[in-house]
Amino acid sequence: MSKYSALGLLRGAFNGQRHWQPAWRDPEPRANYDVVIIGGGGHGLATAYYLASVHGIRNVAVLEKGYIGGGNTGRNTTLVRSNYRLPELHTFFEFGLKMWEHLSDELNYNVMFSPRGAMFLGHSDSDMTMLAQRGDAMRVDGIDAELLTRDQVAKIEPLLDMSRDARFPIHGALTQRRGGTARHDAVAWGYARGANRLGVDIIQKCEVTGFVRDGDAVVGVETTRGRIGAGRTGICVAGHSGHVAAMAGLRLPIESQTLQALVTEGVKPMIRSVIMSQSLHCYISQSDKGGVVMGGDPDNWPSYAQRGQPMVTEGAIAQAIALVPALSRLRMLRTWGGVTDMSFDGSPIIGTTPVPNLFLNGGWCYGGFKATPASGWTYAHTLATGEPHALNAPFALDRFARGATIDETGVGPMPNHR
Amino acid sequence: MLLITCPHCGPRAQTEFVYERTVDAIVQPDADPTEAVAALFTRTNPRGLDEELWRHTYGCRAWLTMTRHRVSHEITAIRAIGPEALP
Repeated sequence: MSKYSALGLLRGAFNGQRHWQPAWRDPEPRANYDVVIIGGGGHGLATAYYLASVHGIRNVAVLEKGYIGGGNTGRNTTLVRSNYRLPELHTFFEFGLKMWEHLSDELNYNVMFSPRGAMFLGHSDSDMTMLAQRGDAMRVDGIDAELLTRDQVAKIEPLLDMSRDARFPIHGALTQRRGGTARHDAVAWGYARGANRLGVDIIQKCEVTGFVRDGDAVVGVETTRGRIGAGRTGICVAGHSGHVAAMAGLRLPIESQTLQALVTEGVKPMIRSVIMSQSLHCYISQSDKGGVVMGGDPDNWPSYAQRGQPMVTEGAIAQAIALVPALSRLRMLRTWGGVTDMSFDGSPIIGTTPVPNLFLNGGWCYGGFKATPASGWTYAHTLATGEPHALNAPFALDRFARGATIDETGVGPMPNHR
Repeated sequence: MLLITCPHCGPRAQTEFVYERTVDAIVQPDADPTEAVAALFTRTNPRGLDEELWRHTYGCRAWLTMTRHRVSHEITAIRAIGPEALP
């Protein structure tokens, strides 16, 4: 498989661009693999890529029930940042953010990572205190965070409603200038192409219907395309973790809920950074195509339906318009929903399970996309060695029973109140 | 949006109701630590029917249990709970 380059493109220009090949094979599943990863989203593909490239384990299959990147990888709002208060979270996401900065080079695939700044607005004195606290916690660990005044915010985003009688008055913001957006599809495709080049089998339209057990241990999976043996099996199906883990008899600290997003028609650049808020639940950014992408709260009641309720979208839009009144003039192009694994402390789960040879990566709530490289990297380490890496050790499945939850917002075990 | 038939008020729009938790997520007073952790921190979370606690928060404020399908959203049963449900 040839490397993508400007020279190749130029050469193609003289050959009628006839040199293009499929970016990955479409193989028949083999009878056995060293590692089988369930779920061909960004996280699963990244895991396969790092298993092959970092750990030299190339006899790997990624099983996807639909097409790769067709689940939450293709349904998120593409934000990338590491501005969390708790050390476990910001250390993990910062590791990922550093990977994002080199990801296009690493994969020889343009993931269009755009560090345009991720800004949390503060709407009151107490908001600003919370933001300062979060920024301090980040800076202690060497992560960039900058508290902005009202005037600085107005300079970055001139279309924000900065008036004193605004519905949500803006007192300032906390920004992470290295945060931003990336192209979600390209992340899945880039990792798929990279993993395929290293010998990984990407098997689409192959749904797992059960686990093959030898005593307690999982030794393979039953699929719609036959039985596939596996040395180790990794669940990587965030949104459907509960459904897949139940086939192995596991009951997880996860409730599946719908999360919606929407995009407007394409317009000239109007939102320069990523706008979020300390008090509201609304995030706004503008894609490179010009559409303004927005999201809000999950639907807050369990569902696997991948379709949401208009009343929830309406809430997100109302907040967005209150912040940026000019948005009211745009037409909505599209709205969609995805199924998210809402975990019981708002943090992900990456690690071992009580079932031998079975591993779990899930519980990403609505923050999984930005974690794709770090999630793949740490999960590959866990699958290769059988032990978690220091970065994902705090995100163990048994942390709830041990009382070691990682609860960024301090909500408690209420997945529907996040 | 769901049309939820409150046992006390009749059919009402979903906006009047709040989902609370599943029925198996109630910690019993005599639960041992393992049972308490299971009820507090885990869910069956099936891709099918499950039994849920909802509250008619913006109506009569009564609690109710609902059997609902997690993909089709079909509601197959709604029952009153609390003193009203006693014989």
